[in-house]
Amino acid sequence: MWESVKEFASEFFVTGDPLIYGADVSIVLSIIAVVSVLTYFKKWGWLWREWLTTVDHKKIGIMYILASVLMLFRGGVDALLMRAQLAMPEMQFLSGDHYNQIFTTHGVIMILFMAMPLMFGLFNVIVPLQLGARDVAFPFLNALSFWLFFSGAMLFNLSFVIGGSPDAGWLAYPPYSELAFNPGPGQDFYIWGIQISGIGSLMTGINFIVTILKVRAPGMTLMKMPMFSWSVLSSCIAIVFAFPILTVTLALLFIDRYLGGHFFTLDGGGNPMMYINLIWMWGHPEVYIIVLPAFGIFSEIVATFSRKKLFGYKSMVFAMIIISVLSFLVWAHHFFTMGSGADVNAFFAVTTMLIAIPTGVKVFNWLFTMFRGKITFETPMLWMVGIIPNFVIGGMTGVLLSVAPADFQYHNSYFLVAHFHQVIIAGVVFGFFAGLYYWWPKIFGFKLNERIGRWAFWLWNIGFYLCFMPQYALGLMGMTRRLYTYGWDKGWFEMNLVSTIGAVIMGAAFLVQIWDIAHSIKHMKRDTTGDPWNARTLEWSIPSPAPFYNFAVMPQVTSQDDWHERKLRIEQGLEKPAKVELEPIHMPKNSGIPIVMSMFWFFVGFGLIFDWLWMAVPGFIGVIACMVVHSFNYDTDYYVTVEEIKRTEAEAGRVIT
Amino acid sequence: MKTSKTVRCMSFLFMFILLFLTTGCADNYIVLDPKGPIGEQQKDLMILSTLLTLIVIVPVLILTFVIVWRYRDRKGRKAKYTPNWEHSTKLEIIWWGIPIIIITLIGIVTVRYTYSLEPSKPLESEKKPITIQVTNLDWKWLFQYPEQGIATVNYVQFPEDVPVRFEVTSDAPMNSFWIPQLGGQIYAMSGMSMTLYLQADEQGEYMGSGANFTGKEFAKMFFTANATSQENFDQWVNQVKHTSPELTLDGYKELTKQGTSDVRYFSTFPEGLYEMTVTKYAASHNHGLSTRVQPPARVKE
Ligand code: HEM
Ligand SMILES: [Cu+2]
Ligand SMILES: [Cu+2]
Repeated sequence: MWESVKEFASEFFVTGDPLIYGADVSIVLSIIAVVSVLTYFKKWGWLWREWLTTVDHKKIGIMYILASVLMLFRGGVDALLMRAQLAMPEMQFLSGDHYNQIFTTHGVIMILFMAMPLMFGLFNVIVPLQLGARDVAFPFLNALSFWLFFSGAMLFNLSFVIGGSPDAGWLAYPPYSELAFNPGPGQDFYIWGIQISGIGSLMTGINFIVTILKVRAPGMTLMKMPMFSWSVLSSCIAIVFAFPILTVTLALLFIDRYLGGHFFTLDGGGNPMMYINLIWMWGHPEVYIIVLPAFGIFSEIVATFSRKKLFGYKSMVFAMIIISVLSFLVWAHHFFTMGSGADVNAFFAVTTMLIAIPTGVKVFNWLFTMFRGKITFETPMLWMVGIIPNFVIGGMTGVLLSVAPADFQYHNSYFLVAHFHQVIIAGVVFGFFAGLYYWWPKIFGFKLNERIGRWAFWLWNIGFYLCFMPQYALGLMGMTRRLYTYGWDKGWFEMNLVSTIGAVIMGAAFLVQIWDIAHSIKHMKRDTTGDPWNARTLEWSIPSPAPFYNFAVMPQVTSQDDWHERKLRIEQGLEKPAKVELEPIHMPKNSGIPIVMSMFWFFVGFGLIFDWLWMAVPGFIGVIACMVVHSFNYDTDYYVTVEEIKRTEAEAGRVIT
Repeated sequence: MKTSKTVRCMSFLFMFILLFLTTGCADNYIVLDPKGPIGEQQKDLMILSTLLTLIVIVPVLILTFVIVWRYRDRKGRKAKYTPNWEHSTKLEIIWWGIPIIIITLIGIVTVRYTYSLEPSKPLESEKKPITIQVTNLDWKWLFQYPEQGIATVNYVQFPEDVPVRFEVTSDAPMNSFWIPQLGGQIYAMSGMSMTLYLQADEQGEYMGSGANFTGKEFAKMFFTANATSQENFDQWVNQVKHTSPELTLDGYKELTKQGTSDVRYFSTFPEGLYEMTVTKYAASHNHGLSTRVQPPARVKE
């Protein structure tokens, strides 16, 4: 008996690596810590009522952001481990196996469990406020999306200590990701972790399209909508078309692995290249899905801190829509060297380059928003300005890569690694950081410390250039990506060392940011204005943090930058703050079903990964049961009384008579 | 204000990095130091496209610094402030127009080169091309010389100035065959045979590698591509023919097992081994110009 338990455990838990034992210990310790703190302060009920069952878009947004910061930490540690291994030739720090697992988890976590939730977090906290809405179109679905993402992410992360991590790269090309080469459960963790959270992403996409099209404040026509909301709309349209492709692709791979299918194996008539096409049909739009909202953020910030209207609103909108459509026509640029022939390569090279045009136009529009403005450099604007040279260079190397015959030399080299990190870190992550600094006071009611914020900014940027510029050079020196080791004879040592130093500086920058948050919480000055940046859009017209019903009175929108115009009119005495009639507000009720249902999904995934039908089948029954229970639940909403609205507004410092 | 310092710092940093990148020891940049016609043209294309994109990038970077500098908010500034200026058809036409022109130029160049550099297109030369068959194995490269009848592992030699017709396949997960100084890479895939023409204009030992991830020891898949004089090459073939062991089918099976390998030479190999490897995976996929019709397998196991 004891023997068989021991045998099971040694296969089930990953053993034999000090890093992993460290992780085991820290996981157990942090669980104990969290549980005991919650119990000691009697916070379980509070946690359940206020957070775990919430359908409030702002709280869901905060949970997304929190989760993504944790994942940034995890992915960042992975990055540092890899850079440590590559700092010197013939380094003995990580084995090939281990390195492969690390770059795979790093890629998956950064894109799917860090960038995506950070983006969804910003969607959630900001979009309804910007639209003058009380919540998203489907609040229950929104909570379900979050918990699906969360259980998918946890499932994926578990692979590190249980069963073993996937190691076939973040896009898991077959045949290497097929059973024959990858028999362990790692690849199944990959499939189910992404699958479960991917369903959540798809639902978020649908939810925000409907929200943006259907629940705007009266008077806000589409062409008066703030640019961030436009960017969210274009990103969500891409999500709705792209994510089903991912779902199907992973399902087919799972059928191959679990039921002995032959979709992507050569024996039995399948074809791995089919997978590569399918996964990039999702994968390429995916990178635009995460970068488009960053464009929206830049547009908001640049207008606010230049004290000027956004330049070229219409061409910005047009550019974003073209980008989201074009992003579906370029996937084959990821495998110019697969021998599709000159016709195909020429087509995909040209469509890829075309995307540079609308992207370039946006940069010009941002520049000319600053032109003849009054620019101040609070942290959000600092990020925005810092991003421009970064993003422009990243875009340029993107065009270089799209020159198909030249890509035969860049492909799979460190040049590519440098390029995609430059657009993804400088464009997406820094963009979301800018958004986070910008909207932080709206979300939490106080600003982050400017001085520490500047430190973080400079460290991030210096670290970034040091880390990734040498990688362009390494690419031209013939260094290929995903190498875990290389010899002294190659001449790659110096550049790699510099790159690693840069990565360490970025790690330090992350810590400074965490310190910034901690410091600001401790020494916070409440923002009583609700509009600390003197900004232009509706979210700034209400107190910060926003009351749970957002707007005590629905705003009536008359122009772009409505809040800015209203402030001007009030200043000039043209408009008096209106006397308002409060009415009871219709709100959705909290629900425990999303979290419970996602837990059941977790069991389904976990059961299928280990081929434990005794776990998967009841899990699936639980999922169905949750759906049934929810559809017979008619007690889903309530009204906030006028009394309570008055009280809440008064607490936020606004007297409504 | 802090701003001016900020901007200055940033431009310094930027200059520093450019400087740093351009002054590294230049002979390490092997992709930019090609030794054959394909790599040469690819390098020209890389430089041309870089210059074309710089036409847009450099003004944008300068404009950014100028605008950020000039319109920053400070006491007593003289620059204009027009808070409601939000549209100018003329300007927008300019910056839709410039990228369109540049991209059109790059596009035209790209399309033309895409056809002329299609990897399966034979190179123009008076000399008859030599064929080398490349098989990607876990985690080594097998080279077969059908005309010379020899085979090697992780080492390939060919005469200078002679077009080399590489036929590339795989008996393992997809990898990519790359000799940076001679020209761009091509994927090595099971069940199909890709054609890649390269040529070395100079004698020398060039680094070759597997560029697409295939698992644990994929980082050990470097090989040497040695371009020598014709006599030297003939001598080498002769020597391999007379001093090296045979590669048998069993020996090949041994090679396909996962593991790294040193350089090895074989005086013969089973006839049709390459074709057998390709067809073993049911020639189930075929696409475009880089494939060719496979002769039927001549070897039965
Ligand atoms: C913060 C500093 C970061 C550093 C130092 C870093 C470093 C690295 C390294 C060393 C690799 C492996 C390259 C290779 O061996 O081929 C890698 C791969 C990758 N990184 Fe990062 N990274 C960082 C941030 C990010 C972020 C923010 C994202 C995305 C949002 C990201 C996405 C990826 C992806 C998709 C891969 C490819 C994984 C694969 O090859 O399967 N990285 N990164
Ligand atoms: Cu792409
Ligand atoms: Cu193929």
